Amino acid sequence: MSSPALIGSSGDSLREAFGKALSSLADEFPQLVVLDADIAGGTGVHHIRKSHPDRFVQFGIAEQNMMAAAGGMAAVGLLPVVTTFAVFCLRAIEQARLSLCYAKRNAKIVASHPGLDVGPDGGSAQCLEDLAAFRAIPGMTVISPADATETMLATRAILEFDGPVYMRTGRSPAPHVFGEDHTFEIGKGRIIRDGGDLTIIACGAEVARALAAAEMLAADGIDARVVNMATIKPIDRELVARCARETGAIVTAEDHNIHGGLGGAVAEALAATVPAPVEFVGVADTFGSSGEPEELAYAYEIAAPFIAAAARKVLKRKRADARR
Amino acid sequence: MRTSLHISNKRGPANDVADIATGQSLEAQLSAAARRIRCHTLAAIFHAGSGHPGGALSCADLLACLYGAEMNVWPHGIDDPTRDRFVLSKGHAAPALYAAGAAFGFCDAKEALALRKLGSKFQGHPHVLDLPWVETSTGSLGQGFSVAMGMALGLKLQKNDARVYAMLGDGELQEGEVWEAAMASAHHKLDNLCVLIDYNKLQSDASNDSIMKLEPLAAKWRAFGWAVAEIDGHDIPAILSAFRSAAVTTGAPSVIIAHTVKGKGVPIMENIPAWHGSVKMTREQTQEALTALGADAGEIKELLDV
Repeated sequence: MSSPALIGSSGDSLREAFGKALSSLADEFPQLVVLDADIAGGTGVHHIRKSHPDRFVQFGIAEQNMMAAAGGMAAVGLLPVVTTFAVFCLRAIEQARLSLCYAKRNAKIVASHPGLDVGPDGGSAQCLEDLAAFRAIPGMTVISPADATETMLATRAILEFDGPVYMRTGRSPAPHVFGEDHTFEIGKGRIIRDGGDLTIIACGAEVARALAAAEMLAADGIDARVVNMATIKPIDRELVARCARETGAIVTAEDHNIHGGLGGAVAEALAATVPAPVEFVGVADTFGSSGEPEELAYAYEIAAPFIAAAARKVLKRKRADARR
Repeated sequence: MRTSLHISNKRGPANDVADIATGQSLEAQLSAAARRIRCHTLAAIFHAGSGHPGGALSCADLLACLYGAEMNVWPHGIDDPTRDRFVLSKGHAAPALYAAGAAFGFCDAKEALALRKLGSKFQGHPHVLDLPWVETSTGSLGQGFSVAMGMALGLKLQKNDARVYAMLGDGELQEGEVWEAAMASAHHKLDNLCVLIDYNKLQSDASNDSIMKLEPLAAKWRAFGWAVAEIDGHDIPAILSAFRSAAVTTGAPSVIIAHTVKGKGVPIMENIPAWHGSVKMTREQTQEALTALGADAGEIKELLDV
């Protein structure tokens, strides 16, 4: 088990980590091609454009065509990675459904700029629906790594994996959560801080905040477990059930709408295994707005103190259930 | 069921050679294949109790020429990486694609009559996991074109000389994605890509003109950087000649705007929008249609009494 503490706060953004990883993996994956819709500088794929220009294909600002064309490129034996902002992936979700998932193509979608983490660009650009939407497509694997280290590992993992994948990166510099010894496996959650009173299950930018929340709770004598659930689909049902059994209360935390994303996936797993009280931390079924990511995390109540508050609430429910 | 047609002179130096066994000219063979495709299409839609006959009949000659003369693809080589690929972007014409597949040996003619049935590989729209030779799954207009341009781009990147063909409906051209794909194909100089437009002038509810005007269509494609041919889509020598021009065009993708008649070959259907949609055909209507197509009692029985 990794150490519980945050390693630092000056990490690379996840998009940079992804971009660098992709460039470094290009020689190892000779079929790899990267598809861009005129935002290579934003998604991190400017690195591979420079290092391997023959692997970089420009589609212009036309995401629907890019998404379906990836299906055609996969059909002729290439390994296409579609890159754009998360919100523009929604624009092409029907292409992802038919031409990637229904046709079972080995193509990857890597989306930067998810959630409130987008910041100043405002509500129109802050995609809070992608995890729910892509999770609903049969055959789609959905991943949201927590930091730069995990993003680099996940980039390799999705290229090795056979099948369509939707992966979120992130715009803002992200705190380091994991050390060099970290490993990543698709479909596996990981307990990154142990505790017995309740479990906080988080993904993406919320993992670092969940660890900070656990520190706040510890100061009050509450022993919170933290799980990094980097794969939203397929959800690690065994781990969710085990945490419910061992701690009896769950908080989910995501930079996403409270509906249909990580919280929905965890609640579905709990309902089918070990029902336990759950509190959902996420954006409360509303759109975002301009601001710095940290300001927005407070404004929309997904910052660490709100996770801690949800933890206290769920603990109260757990204890009330026990007295019944 | 009759055995498959065998037309062996694909994109060779002379497209007008006669079949050695039958002495039939290529044109006669392709015309017979198109007739067979129309008959099989109508029978399948009759058995299914639903389906889109109008736009399937209009593209039968184009399909016969593609599979019978133009494309380098054979039933025993559907996983050959050097094969030519065809994508039916107007996926609702699936019965015609299945009928073409049956005519040229890619699938069993009798099995393909189980159109739209539970458990059948012949779904209402083509699905590549059911039938690998359909190359990709279609049914959402615009997407098949993008997939085909992705194939053409991917083949070029791999220095593979195979060609890619995509058939689009006219109403389909109202999808914005079509013009994204058109722009990208020209930008990437995909001269290994040939788009066919089944321009029968009618779409689901009414005429193109009344729903959303397409003209000037050839000028639009030219403006997007495509080599444009405009032909009668039922004139087999004209279709073959347009394919020949497309094959020797370099530096730009080719589009063949094929003027066709919706419901072609069946007088009760020709140019009537009501036969676009998913319709239920009675046995009498089907018999009448098959007779109009020149089917004799034996062929009608073979197609309808399965």
